[in-house]
Amino acid sequence: MLYREAGQFKATYVEDQQIFPIRQDRIVIAAILLFFYVVVPLVADQYWLQAIVIPTLIFSLAAIGLNILTGYAGQLSLGSAAFMAVGAFGAYNFMLRIDGMPILLAFVMGGLCAAGIGILFGLPSLRIKGFYLAVATLAAQFFIIWALTKFGWFSDYSSSGVITAQKVEILGYAFTSPESKYLLTLAVVTILALAAKNMARSSTGRAWMAVRDMDVAAEVIGIRLMHTKLQAFAVSSFYCGVAGALYAYTYLGTVEPEGFNLDLSFRILFMIIIGGVGTILGSFLGATFIVLLPIFLDNVVPHLFGDLLPATITSNLQLIVFGALIIFFLIVEPHGLARLWQIGKEKLRLWPFPH
Amino acid sequence: MQFFFEVLIAGLLSGVMYSLVALGFVLIYKASGVFNFAQGAMVFFAALTFVSIEKMGVNFWLAMLITLASMVVLGILIERIVLRPLVNQAQITLFMATIGLAFFLEGLSQGIWGAQPHGLELGIQDEPIEAIMDKLGIGVSKFDVFAALVAGILVTVLAVFFQKTRVGRALRAVADDHQAALSIGIPLKHIWAIVWSVAGFVALVAGLLWGARNGVQFALTFTALKALPVLIIGGFESVPGAIIGGLIIGAAEKLGEVYIGPAVGGGIESWFPYVMALLFLLVRPEGLFGEKHIDRV
Repeated sequence: MLYREAGQFKATYVEDQQIFPIRQDRIVIAAILLFFYVVVPLVADQYWLQAIVIPTLIFSLAAIGLNILTGYAGQLSLGSAAFMAVGAFGAYNFMLRIDGMPILLAFVMGGLCAAGIGILFGLPSLRIKGFYLAVATLAAQFFIIWALTKFGWFSDYSSSGVITAQKVEILGYAFTSPESKYLLTLAVVTILALAAKNMARSSTGRAWMAVRDMDVAAEVIGIRLMHTKLQAFAVSSFYCGVAGALYAYTYLGTVEPEGFNLDLSFRILFMIIIGGVGTILGSFLGATFIVLLPIFLDNVVPHLFGDLLPATITSNLQLIVFGALIIFFLIVEPHGLARLWQIGKEKLRLWPFPH
Repeated sequence: MQFFFEVLIAGLLSGVMYSLVALGFVLIYKASGVFNFAQGAMVFFAALTFVSIEKMGVNFWLAMLITLASMVVLGILIERIVLRPLVNQAQITLFMATIGLAFFLEGLSQGIWGAQPHGLELGIQDEPIEAIMDKLGIGVSKFDVFAALVAGILVTVLAVFFQKTRVGRALRAVADDHQAALSIGIPLKHIWAIVWSVAGFVALVAGLLWGARNGVQFALTFTALKALPVLIIGGFESVPGAIIGGLIIGAAEKLGEVYIGPAVGGGIESWFPYVMALLFLLVRPEGLFGEKHIDRV
């Protein structure tokens, strides 16, 4: 009843090409945006904003980045954290070395640095696939973190490569309160997510998916493999880079290269597996899930079963649950949480009738 | 020149240790096409289980037997719970499942046995062999030679097992073609459980040697990461490839650290094997001994 697209006719091409062609979808999206832009800053306290909402948004962005590469273009990457590091250190250096650098431009430049590095490490993808490529991206992971730690220039010669993000200021307004930082992050993530959603359904995204599904066939129908793969690497790394810059500037404030280790890369990979490979929505769901799960495990489980489980188990519960969940999702619902949402939508279309 | 040889030999011998881990990967990849990222976690699990059981006052060989039994059980469980539902999925899906498995095993082993590092004594000291030291002036660690011997024996045993026994032949048949093997009545499920158990055995040996060298601690799980470039150079499907790849990586890593390291500030061991493997991939994407995959259009 509520979720019917019957009667919504498309009279112009513009209407036909909307991101969200169904009116109910648009209403829901508008409501969600309204909620996050207006209600959340008013209601949420400092802890929620700084420890949960902001990192969730940033990880969503990184997950979108990885999803573009792995979900849409089918190139498995284990080095997303390294590209985040490039973005963070890139933005930092642009802010440091150029007087009066606008912060948003620094974010973009950080993202572009990451994109450049991404293309460089994407080059092997032209010859190799699958696991071999995963190992190649591991090379990026280790090499970049090593280089950022080793060469003091990147971190302005601070000890062990720690950088402290400069003040975030746009047009004289300083973003210091958690609410303002949250809104800045939200704005960047909204814009980039919409852009990603658009890219995914345009010829660019269709080319990625063609390469993912069968590269030989894609080449036969006239998609330039090299161009498409490198493009996916560049766009993906750009997203990860901007996420890294936000990670440094609006979330932590102080970051070191070691913070962007392999573990973080894996966590981002888990986000897209649990959220849904090849969907933008899934990136958000997966990031929310992975950020909230450890908090849930730390706070709720010891209260519930504190007496039953030995302390060693509870402290390792996070690893065990993460691992088990990944296997569970791969077996039971390989398309992740986003697929559950889709099933729900299908059901909603028929509701309240059975057929 | 003497120094060069000393570094080279130390590198080759430490490469043997990488080969041991890589061997576990190759076994599973050959038989089931699964790239088992959890091999490092299995090494950790095996070593930690062994040490913890031995600490309880159990005899060395009995502890080894118990650990081996638990690795076999683990292999069977993995086949049952993880692999069987994922049959016929894309290889990348299986790979991601083993990443999940790695996390699970790491958490489980620390959950059961605790997270504190343990020492492990095999009764062989990590000191230079005097005879060689006197004659040639090159320091060769006793422990490294012992590790190399163990690796040699292990490879021989595996080779005999694969070539001469009935199960070994079945394993090779499955590795060559799943469907053909199935159609002549080889039980795929049992074979996979066996392969994972054998990989568990290899993980146990690797875990003991690595544990004796660096202590049994969480860092053991990273041995899997070290083995990846070895696999790329040697090829995913080849046992000799794993050995030779390990030797190449071990030697190159040590030589690189000594001769290139100072020029760029040192500490290049963490990524040098990967970059080397990457360059290698550009020339020979299938590795030294890997099977050539030809994509026909």
